[in-house]
Amino acid sequence: MTDTTATPTSASNASASSRSLSRRDKRNAKASQRNYKNRLKQEKGPKMTRGQHASSWALHFIMFVMAAYCIIPLCWLLFSATKSNGGLYNSFGLWFANSKNGGFQLWQNLVGTFSYSGAIYGRWLLNTIIYAVVVGFGSTVIAAFAGYAVAVMKFPGRKALLAVTLAFMSIPTTIITIPLFLMYSKIGLVDTMWSVILPQLSFPFGLYLMIIYAQQSIPISLVEAAKLDGANHWTIFWKIALPLLSPGFVTVLLFSLVGAWNNYFLPLIMLSDRSNYPLTVGLNLWLKMSGDPSVGGGLPDSYIITGSLVAVVPLIISFFFLQRYWQSGLSAGAVK
Amino acid sequence: MAHSATVDAGKVHPARTNRRKKDRGRKEKWEWSGLAFSAPYVVMFLFGTILPLLYALYLGFFQTKMIGGESFAGFSNYIQAFTDPLFWAGFKRVSLYAVIQAPLLVILALCAALILDSGRIKHIAVPRILVFLPYAVPSVVAALMWSYIYGQDYGLVGQVFKLFGGKSPDLLSSKFIMFAIMNIVIWGFMGYNMLIYYSSLRTIPDELYEAARLDGASEFRIAWSIKIPAIKGSVVMTLVFCLIGAFQLFNEPNLLQSIAPDAIPSSYTPNMYTYTLAFKGQNMNYAAAVSLVAGLVTMVVIGIVKFIGDKWSDND
Repeated sequence: MTDTTATPTSASNASASSRSLSRRDKRNAKASQRNYKNRLKQEKGPKMTRGQHASSWALHFIMFVMAAYCIIPLCWLLFSATKSNGGLYNSFGLWFANSKNGGFQLWQNLVGTFSYSGAIYGRWLLNTIIYAVVVGFGSTVIAAFAGYAVAVMKFPGRKALLAVTLAFMSIPTTIITIPLFLMYSKIGLVDTMWSVILPQLSFPFGLYLMIIYAQQSIPISLVEAAKLDGANHWTIFWKIALPLLSPGFVTVLLFSLVGAWNNYFLPLIMLSDRSNYPLTVGLNLWLKMSGDPSVGGGLPDSYIITGSLVAVVPLIISFFFLQRYWQSGLSAGAVK
Repeated sequence: MAHSATVDAGKVHPARTNRRKKDRGRKEKWEWSGLAFSAPYVVMFLFGTILPLLYALYLGFFQTKMIGGESFAGFSNYIQAFTDPLFWAGFKRVSLYAVIQAPLLVILALCAALILDSGRIKHIAVPRILVFLPYAVPSVVAALMWSYIYGQDYGLVGQVFKLFGGKSPDLLSSKFIMFAIMNIVIWGFMGYNMLIYYSSLRTIPDELYEAARLDGASEFRIAWSIKIPAIKGSVVMTLVFCLIGAFQLFNEPNLLQSIAPDAIPSSYTPNMYTYTLAFKGQNMNYAAAVSLVAGLVTMVVIGIVKFIGDKWSDND
């Protein structure tokens, strides 16, 4: 639409020397049109009918309820992590405990959580970070290599790789978890950190995203020009392709990191040595211990809750600061 | 490729629009280095997906006896898996779960996306991020958190009921447990689906609405007759994802089991059943067969839904 209105102005300046000028005109035309639209909107604003007012109020209300539904449990978690075990049961869930019920205990809870049972929680947090970082970067780099190859090169098996990736993209990894356990226990990989890392290094959805990003952002002509200058694909990948791919790289990295951080089924079935557990499996163990009086040994619920909060905070922060990448990953998945 | 480079390098056009055709038109040399670039992925994929599947298939054909060790068992494991009442009971349970949960999740997320897209909401970014936040919470932590919130006496739900002078039902009893799980999953994924719908709604050109508005269509009418049909594809895709999630249900019931062992048996879902077989029962051969049968049945269901969904979204 903007094009049709902009062409007359640019066509009138179509002499060879005034290219930049016509481009500026185009931009101006676009801007003025945007202004016009905004003015239209503003004019429409105050003139809303009573019915429109009511429906707009209703829409705000529904949105408010939905947002509240999503955010209240997280607020509960935040408030609960500040309470002593007694405060947890005797004070309202969405406010701090008063001093009679133990008062503000966040620091004591953090100390307790991190020092309980030989500081095992810190070990789990460290493991989770190792799993997430190794799997995140490993799978993203591997996907970037393969995505670059599929998008730019012509090699035997290219089509097969593409087809298999598309087929396995929507196959849930849980289907493969039990067979993985059976095979890895046969070859003695079970109960090592590798048993959790290796299966996650191939990430079909990540490869799919990489192929799309590579096709959109790496101009073939640029690759071919570089080849004429004597560059090989290795150099082209690092010097040209990867910088162009970087927004896509961050998106895939984010999805992969979060997937590994949140993974539960795979480490649950692979690991039996507690010191290899990630947070998800460790918290489950604590929940079991607190429910079982014979093993509990005085594990307070407040430690489990504080531990849950610590497990969630890094991801929530990443969501706030990396929204742009989440959006782009989701919309790339949606247009498929 | 070297030939086309000389042609191409002269005129710089940004996209690869004609690349496919060109590939076919000319006999070009393979670029063998492509194999090297995709090798790490292929090796990991073989090692992390294909070989385990083949190994499980192989295992399923054997049986291990206390005396005599491993022997070939033909299809008996697979036949037994296909007729295992515990497996089918779990399958029925997740089917019921899927039939209620998936439409509910899709409708709620669609409503949220349409409201965001209606242009009537101020400060869109705030509700958008708030509704999306639960997606950041690992499903295990979500289940753990909700299990405390559900608490009949001390949980948030119990407290709210007490505030109004009532007593909350036991949400972790076998009567309510399925809905309790549904709520946890819907809570986690509503924002994710909402964002998918919202980003596809943003790709619809404004002109379509303007024409409809000129014709006097109401906003609800526009949402129903223009917006929803335009994003059918995304709706089908997310519906398939919801169903996959439902049939693969494991994390939430597995965690809740330690709090409500009476309400959640070890064969509550097909995945929990295979987990129990592989991990606790020690019958690896049978576990392999059941896990493959469970995967196969899930894939068939998903295939059927996808087929119907694609027909529906192409049908204009």
